[in-house]
Amino acid sequence: MTEKTVEHLDTVTIRFAGDSGDGMQLTGNRFTSVSALMGNDVATLPDFPAEIRAPAGSLPGVSGFQLHFADHDILTPGDEPDVLVAMNPAALKTNLDELPRGATIILNSDAFTKPNLKKARYDSDPRHDGSLDGYRVYEVPVTELTIGALEDVDLSKKAKERAKNMFALGLMSWMYSRPLDPTVEWIESKFAGAPEVAAANITALKAGYNFGETTELFSHRYDVDPASDLPPGTYRQITGNQAIAYGLVAAAERSGLPLYLGGYPITPASDVLHELARHKNFGVRTFQAEDEIAGVGAALGASFAGQLGATVTSGPGVALKTETIGLAVAVELPLLVLNIQRGGPSTGLPTKTEQADLLQAMFGRNGEAPMPVVAASTPGDCFDTALEGARIALKYRTPVFVLSDGYLANGAEPWRIPDVQDLPDLTELPAFVAPPEDGEPFEPFTRDPETLARPWAVPGTPGREHRIGGLEKAAGTGNISYDPDNHHHMTQMRQGKVDRIAHDIPPLEVGADSDADADVLVAGWGSTAGPIKAAVRRVRAQGHKVARVHFHHLNPMPANTGELLGRYRKVLVPEMNNGQLSFLLRARYLVDAVGYNRISGLPFGSGELADVIVEQIRAAEQDPAGAAR
Amino acid sequence: MSDVQTLTRKDFSSDQEVRWCPGCGDYAILNTVQGVMPDLGLPRENIVFVSGIGCAARFPYYMETYGFHGIHGRAPAIATGIASARPDLKVFVATGDGDALSIGGNHLIHAMRRNTNITILMFNNQIYGLTKGQYSPTSELGKVTKSTPQGSLELPFNPVSVALGAEASFVARSIDNERQHLADMIKRAADHPGASFVEIYQNCNIFNDGAFDAVRKNVPNQIRLEHGEPVRFGEHGQHGVVMAGHSELEVVDVADAEPAEGETLGVQRRLVPAEDLLVHDAHRDDAGLAFALSRLAHTPVGPTPIGLFRQVERPEYAEQMQAQLDDARLRKGSGDLQSLLTGNDTWTVGAEPSTNGHGGDGSA
Ligand code: SF4
Repeated sequence: MTEKTVEHLDTVTIRFAGDSGDGMQLTGNRFTSVSALMGNDVATLPDFPAEIRAPAGSLPGVSGFQLHFADHDILTPGDEPDVLVAMNPAALKTNLDELPRGATIILNSDAFTKPNLKKARYDSDPRHDGSLDGYRVYEVPVTELTIGALEDVDLSKKAKERAKNMFALGLMSWMYSRPLDPTVEWIESKFAGAPEVAAANITALKAGYNFGETTELFSHRYDVDPASDLPPGTYRQITGNQAIAYGLVAAAERSGLPLYLGGYPITPASDVLHELARHKNFGVRTFQAEDEIAGVGAALGASFAGQLGATVTSGPGVALKTETIGLAVAVELPLLVLNIQRGGPSTGLPTKTEQADLLQAMFGRNGEAPMPVVAASTPGDCFDTALEGARIALKYRTPVFVLSDGYLANGAEPWRIPDVQDLPDLTELPAFVAPPEDGEPFEPFTRDPETLARPWAVPGTPGREHRIGGLEKAAGTGNISYDPDNHHHMTQMRQGKVDRIAHDIPPLEVGADSDADADVLVAGWGSTAGPIKAAVRRVRAQGHKVARVHFHHLNPMPANTGELLGRYRKVLVPEMNNGQLSFLLRARYLVDAVGYNRISGLPFGSGELADVIVEQIRAAEQDPAGAAR
Repeated sequence: MSDVQTLTRKDFSSDQEVRWCPGCGDYAILNTVQGVMPDLGLPRENIVFVSGIGCAARFPYYMETYGFHGIHGRAPAIATGIASARPDLKVFVATGDGDALSIGGNHLIHAMRRNTNITILMFNNQIYGLTKGQYSPTSELGKVTKSTPQGSLELPFNPVSVALGAEASFVARSIDNERQHLADMIKRAADHPGASFVEIYQNCNIFNDGAFDAVRKNVPNQIRLEHGEPVRFGEHGQHGVVMAGHSELEVVDVADAEPAEGETLGVQRRLVPAEDLLVHDAHRDDAGLAFALSRLAHTPVGPTPIGLFRQVERPEYAEQMQAQLDDARLRKGSGDLQSLLTGNDTWTVGAEPSTNGHGGDGSA
């Protein structure tokens, strides 16, 4: 065995691709966890079909997992993979287009059989017809080597074959100098009930690693140092769905209210329900309802009863919940509506990402039904966004939309673990109405002069019995009222309450990575934060000047928004929709926002965005008189 | 806490003017419910009335308790949230046939199946009242209304059959003007641990006047079900019900019973000795008998059973939900937020000593 050269890299993007049944998500997740544990910055992009098991070997059945890890702060899961691990011809075919020439391809040569080539719609074997010219191709008989390594194991051939993803993980772990121990421990605990399966997986993992070590195929292995430019602190890896669930638990703990989550299974939001169902020791009630409507109905009932009511869903679910959300606006109770957005319209692309529900959140209700909207920008930020949503909901007694999306939900990143003591203290916000001193009447629709919030009197409080509902209520008493002036007044109160929040949120600030004398401002919201930041980094590295701003509060927007936007000659708004934030900015601030809109179900690449930004910078240069306003 | 002992009907009457049409059966129901409230022995503040949309749904406004007037059909969902969040509360749902069985059918059946502690009072008037008289899911086949000028084409639901099919653990039926009987059913439903369903025949004198006259006015047609008693009806108990064939019931005349005026027993129906009559068993595990009883009258046009069809003990949902929380605390200890956030696999960047490793048990 020859000692292999170790080459230092500062950043690597790997894509694992295989059949839905090949365990590629798991492989990618394990590689990510280990990389995170090694101190690399990581960003991930799982990409899987909506079908649980499309026909094996078929093109629609391909499941992929891309991860980007580096010795520095990274912002996206990487535009183009450096390495593709393809477990079958279909995986090669669906991913080859996105692979730059010169990239490395590791193929499971055992899967390149005639039937598989046919299923992948290859007329000839791409390994031999020149399709892979310009790539560094390594053919590894992964299936055969896995089965060989498990010769002595008492499992069916099929079961043995299933461990081939562990072989691939072992091989990649060798190639990128990742330790096996954390994965071995993980396998042991995951298959605690099936020791023979655990043993088979561990053997396959080690076999893959040893194969890399001994084979003549590879002359090099690589190493990526820990990221040193992350802010100091203790880190863990977290996905957006985990973070949003933790944010809800934190909001409950910090407000002293029990959390009540009413939900219904829907991709990509179900994991939030699953995660919360595991934390009943926090007093978390999770209710899987008969439908989306009942999920939010129960959550609103729980809010009425004095708990922190929340519901989690995706766009189609929001459509169903709309009437109840309107009711929450009318009865002015706190409620969190978490929308993990996915491709639409209708059923759309359940497993792909999109940010096209912003205007649904803004306007998707009958009547004047204003609602605060906040949006998360990274997986870790889902935590803070859920907490902020809860703060607004409790303080202003209003339903709040918390927007995330499929990319954030399933994507993972290192997360600096906050100190619980530093989290916002929400204990003062519920402020339940106490029983009255003798005879004092209770008016459920009087308002706090500062927030315009109404009092929250929960059942069980003697002397505060009252009735609320979706019919218009008289200011003060809350009795049913059809009075014209009262309706106008109440409509303005509900609007004014939401408007006031603009002064209770941080002002909009350009990112630290912005040039003070830039002409072009890139404005984003939601999960485009990473790609936009990465693009701005590229553009500035090319010597251009640009500024960047990211909206966390979409309704209301910070009070200084108009002023800030007005400072720039051009405002570019990249969105994974047809211009929903642009629409709002144009309508509210009369800004001639330019959209960059691509709705592909995938996050933006930073290279693609950088080109668009440079285009706008050039346009601004050529039109020195132009101004955004 | 209000002094439970001294509460009277008046204490449960809110200051809101009742706005149902004069003569509407809802008045009698409201009165009866208000009258039952003190007997529940509950503090007023622990009672919540939830409703959807429709004439019946105005009910909470008239009750001096906590109340939530929701949206069409969704009252059982909102009530489920309240009841499962706060097992200390007594939650009622006031609903109608359109609200409960049409737009809210899904919530209704699942609330009953789930067996959350909710008492559902369904005012069945076999019509849409608030929207001015369209046929409802309980309107009789062929019903001529504004939306069905040539008659409705739909077989109506039998609400008791629906409730039984939905695994309800308490199912009863009563009539708006039968004050004593209604009060009794509501009280028993309210005392039942789990979801209870009471269908109340309610006369809508504006859009469907007289829909229930066959039992409302013609008292001998009321087949009053009493647990452990033979199923008998008529002025003198001269009619009854027997098992006939496969889970079918047959209405018969009782031998040696006194006939009503001008009536000859054994002519239209079989004459059967009293000891052969079916003895009602409301607590049988199997809902088959209760279901068969509900089928005696698909719509109330002749002899129709009222009373308690079925009451069985089943684990209540909110209690079990609470037990799961208690159990989780017992096994894992009360949640510690810091260790949840920290999880099992952490690493340190910067100033602090670099320790890749394991900490916390929060995510276990
Ligand atoms: S419409 Fe019928 S049900 Fe409604 S209030 Fe009038 S009488 Fe009663």
